[in-house]
Amino acid sequence: MAETGPFPAPPATSTDREGREIVVDFATNDDLEGLVDMYATFDPAQRAQGIPPAHPERIEPWLKTVLDDGVHIIASHDGCVIAHAMLVPDSDGSHELAIFVHQDYQGAGNGRTLIRHLLGAAQVEAIEHIWLTVERWNLPALELYKSVGFETVQADRFDLEMAMSLPGS
Amino acid sequence: MRVLVGIEGSEESSTVLRNAIERALEADDELTVAIFAKHERDQDIDHIEATVRDELTAAGIDAAIHRIEGDPASSLVAMAEREGFDQLVIGGGRDTPLGKRYLGSISEYVLLNADVTVRLER
Repeated sequence: MAETGPFPAPPATSTDREGREIVVDFATNDDLEGLVDMYATFDPAQRAQGIPPAHPERIEPWLKTVLDDGVHIIASHDGCVIAHAMLVPDSDGSHELAIFVHQDYQGAGNGRTLIRHLLGAAQVEAIEHIWLTVERWNLPALELYKSVGFETVQADRFDLEMAMSLPGS
Repeated sequence: MRVLVGIEGSEESSTVLRNAIERALEADDELTVAIFAKHERDQDIDHIEATVRDELTAAGIDAAIHRIEGDPASSLVAMAEREGFDQLVIGGGRDTPLGKRYLGSISEYVLLNADVTVRLER
């Protein structure tokens, strides 16, 4: 059964399943360097549809483009960025969601913590419609998206498109 | 090599065409261009043909231009196979707002169904 919200908004501190203290907060301009560092060591096998870019020199330009608009939250441990979740506006008044958790922090509930707080931030920002694409073989991500209320809206391609509407806060 | 280039009337396709022209000049490929209007938009096929003709002329390439009728994906595959092309070149899709690659339904159909070699041009 999918969670229906309301979802918690950042900032927040939680302990992951490995006992690590994880701080979730909105990203600021000062976080660019920390984000670049996280993506620079991101497992290439876990890239999703071409992002993060494989070439290190293309990570910062890509980040600057996406950080320019939308809602971005990060999770940190001991002052290092370990995950990034974002909502980037499209031209139809909707927002595209993506979430990246560094491989050293996966399987510990951090993706779930992050996406719930991203949806909480979306409610604060009065964002109503959110969509995403996910490769159909990425089962952990599919389960996570379903658990917070995403439904598949298009399934006839290599990647699935999922969407959800958020009730106002 | 005989190369068939599928051009959907869009900006993404003009990059495809330019790259295919560049490659054809390097490798001395024989190009044929198949054009079709973007499905969801009411694009003028005459305009697409004129744009493609200009690009080819500017590059000094003499290539036949065919208008695709009916379903673009299956028509492209059928034409490539029927006329014995060595390679079919199509666009590799576009990017979502946050930069994810998104393979269009035509590209995906061609990849899965063509018996000729397919090149995704970016």
